[in-house]
Amino acid sequence: MSALVNVVRSMFLLELLSGMGLTFRYMFRPRKTLNYPHEKGPLSPRFRGEHALRRYPNGEERCIACKLCEAVCPALAITIESEPRDDGSRRTTRYDIDMTKCIYCGLCQEACPVDAIVEGPNFEFATETREELYYDKNKLMANGDRWEAEIAANLAADAKYR
Amino acid sequence: MPKLTIDGTELTVPAGTTVLQACEQLGIEVPRFCYHDRLQIAGNCRMCLVEMEKSPKPIASCAMPVNEGMVIRTNTPKVKKARQGVMEFLLINHPLDCPICDQGGECDLQDQAMGYGMDRSRYDEHKRAVPDKDLGPLISTHMTRCIHCTRCIRFATDIAGVEEMGALGRGEHMEIGTYVEKAITSEMSGNMIDLCPVGALNSKPYAYTARTWELVRTETIDVLDAVGSNINVQARGREVMRVLPRLNEDINEEWISDKTRFAYDGLRRGRLDQPYVRTNGKLQPASWKEALTAVAARMTSLGGHSMAAIAGDQACVESMAALKDLFRESGSPHIDCRQDGAKLDAAVRASYLFNTTIAGIEEADVCLLVGTNPRWEAALVNARLRKRYLRGGFRVFSIGPRLDLTFLVENLGSGPETLGAIAGGGHPFVETLAGAKRPMMIVGQGALARADGAAILAAAWRVAVTCRMVREGWNGFNVLHTAAARVGGLDIGFVPGAEGGLDVNGILDGATAGKIGLVYLLGADEIDMKRLGSAFVVYQGHHGDTGAHRADVILPGAAYTEKAATYVNTEGRVQQTRRVVFPPGEAREDWAIVRALGEAVGVRLPYDTVAELRHRLEAEHPHLGKRDTVPRAPWSSFGTEGRMDTAPFVSPIDDYYMTDAICRASETMAECSALFVANIQGATGTHG
Repeated sequence: MSALVNVVRSMFLLELLSGMGLTFRYMFRPRKTLNYPHEKGPLSPRFRGEHALRRYPNGEERCIACKLCEAVCPALAITIESEPRDDGSRRTTRYDIDMTKCIYCGLCQEACPVDAIVEGPNFEFATETREELYYDKNKLMANGDRWEAEIAANLAADAKYR
Repeated sequence: MPKLTIDGTELTVPAGTTVLQACEQLGIEVPRFCYHDRLQIAGNCRMCLVEMEKSPKPIASCAMPVNEGMVIRTNTPKVKKARQGVMEFLLINHPLDCPICDQGGECDLQDQAMGYGMDRSRYDEHKRAVPDKDLGPLISTHMTRCIHCTRCIRFATDIAGVEEMGALGRGEHMEIGTYVEKAITSEMSGNMIDLCPVGALNSKPYAYTARTWELVRTETIDVLDAVGSNINVQARGREVMRVLPRLNEDINEEWISDKTRFAYDGLRRGRLDQPYVRTNGKLQPASWKEALTAVAARMTSLGGHSMAAIAGDQACVESMAALKDLFRESGSPHIDCRQDGAKLDAAVRASYLFNTTIAGIEEADVCLLVGTNPRWEAALVNARLRKRYLRGGFRVFSIGPRLDLTFLVENLGSGPETLGAIAGGGHPFVETLAGAKRPMMIVGQGALARADGAAILAAAWRVAVTCRMVREGWNGFNVLHTAAARVGGLDIGFVPGAEGGLDVNGILDGATAGKIGLVYLLGADEIDMKRLGSAFVVYQGHHGDTGAHRADVILPGAAYTEKAATYVNTEGRVQQTRRVVFPPGEAREDWAIVRALGEAVGVRLPYDTVAELRHRLEAEHPHLGKRDTVPRAPWSSFGTEGRMDTAPFVSPIDDYYMTDAICRASETMAECSALFVANIQGATGTHG
């Protein structure tokens, strides 16, 4: 009996038709995929992407060279050197993050007492060479300037859970 | 001996012990800010509160002497609550700036706030802010952080002996500072930074450059003076970031001098990091091979008698021993480690040691200083003298310049004639010495580094013998050195050979006259380079100082933080440095350079490793094998009786902050020198 059913199924291409039917059904349903470079999915305010060094609204850099992020970094990706600036304040002369070492754990931004180092919402910073991923202070400050609006919004959104 | 009970444990302690000290004997930790073992008791931070039976209130354990039958409790809820209250008051005005504070990570207040602090403040009013003081180029201040423990005031007044720190105002308006804004004029001032339990006083040169947790600590020995202070050198990567003292009761207790602490930036500047050979009148960079070949060619073409070697102030025993072997094998007797020309006698060990030992100063009752300024030549010896002086029953006399040594010094005269009179027994001071139980005499290099030095040494010997300074169990004859290398050099006999060897002056005269064709300077910078004439000069050292400028070949060596080397301090105590960082560039350890040069000359020195070299040294000089002890040197006669010049004694150091190549390369020391020494000269003060 079952042999007969199989013969009928293959003769009338029933499996193919049921498969095609499923396909056609989905053609009229809402799409689940994103047209990635042009469309993007939602990100949590806690998303840990590319690092940035922030400034105060008056333009003063936030980082005070306390080196807590360097100390807490489990991947030893952060290198800081500091000295007194001309006005006597404690500032970094060097703030490097080796993005190839970084594991994006977010401990640096947890450790930061002044919210200077943050992991922003940007995750599209792939480069063609390794060297481009050795971020220095200029690059991080530039990131901060570029992403400040998003970062500030994220921090505000997440503030009540902290 | 009162008996008391602490936390249920009974113990007996000597009368006069405080409750806090008794607790420490039991290993019970009592938090404190103002109390410090070596300072007077102030009792003003109130952090060390403990509960005492029959007392309605908790007591400050640091200021409470033990009494018979006391019952102390240190871990009751009441004690904890009292300490929490004290901590809350301390934190009221303390700023929350730990992330930018250099004390962060090694701060007493931070640590104890973890135990007794609340997680939030109940204080909503304005915090107090105090303007920062200018305490000079060494100490940076953040007076808002100050918790008024007054440790710095007590240190300045008692230990350093400069009554320049004080507290002005009271209550909320109390401020610590110098009464008139000025730099602290002490060569021990850096210790206040260590004493400060918070971040109010910090090291200015170290400011904001490193955090305590990223430093690699190495315990080693200081060689910038002859005291041999025990230090803890802290480095990050290839750079020395700071120098801190290490406890050694026999030498430096827990203090170090400012030169030891702050000269480290000289280790980064002006370093010789590759060999140089002078071609066409200019020093050109060269490879090791070229440099060693150039020296070897000159050494082999010259006879042994026209070569000479002078060891400088920071040469280690190993390098001097290797150089001595090399010159002996090459047939040259002209070697000398006394670059200042001091007439020290290498044959009798007791004649060039600080026999009393630094700790032994505390047992003396009369001290005679001969041609020395201990405050500048060995600040920690001076601190010990002051400590002894403060205990009372100690008189200090001096022959030489009138000095401000931070304690009363009675000046007997300025030159050798006074010493001669005492030696001859015709001076009233002899009676003072005769009445003393443990008299001591400190002879400085200012008395010995002169043409009549041998006669002065003989006169000093006579004083020591006639006034019975050397007696059973006590040797009061002391020579105070200024160079860390000197005693080691004399110990291994880095002195002119018996077969007509020339001393430093002979070598320099010979070089001027053209008789000495090659002079090997092992870190010797403090000689008159003009007297080297047209001799071929080989300079082996670590800094591009005067010696390197005159040199025809430069062999870059290692500084004291870059090699494991042996030094013998002025007491005759053998100590070893450890390598903190590697020497820069092509520079090598000094003994290895001499060893390699021997190979190039064709003299194979019989050791390939530093261990073999030390083994050989210890076989020849057994006392070098005994580290960190001071074996008593046998007493015999020394010095050469002769006519003494009438010229007054002068201290060999005319600028405390500029004594060697490392200090001269240091910016911090240059600042201090410009500020302190330039001010002192012409005014009254320590400068003779």
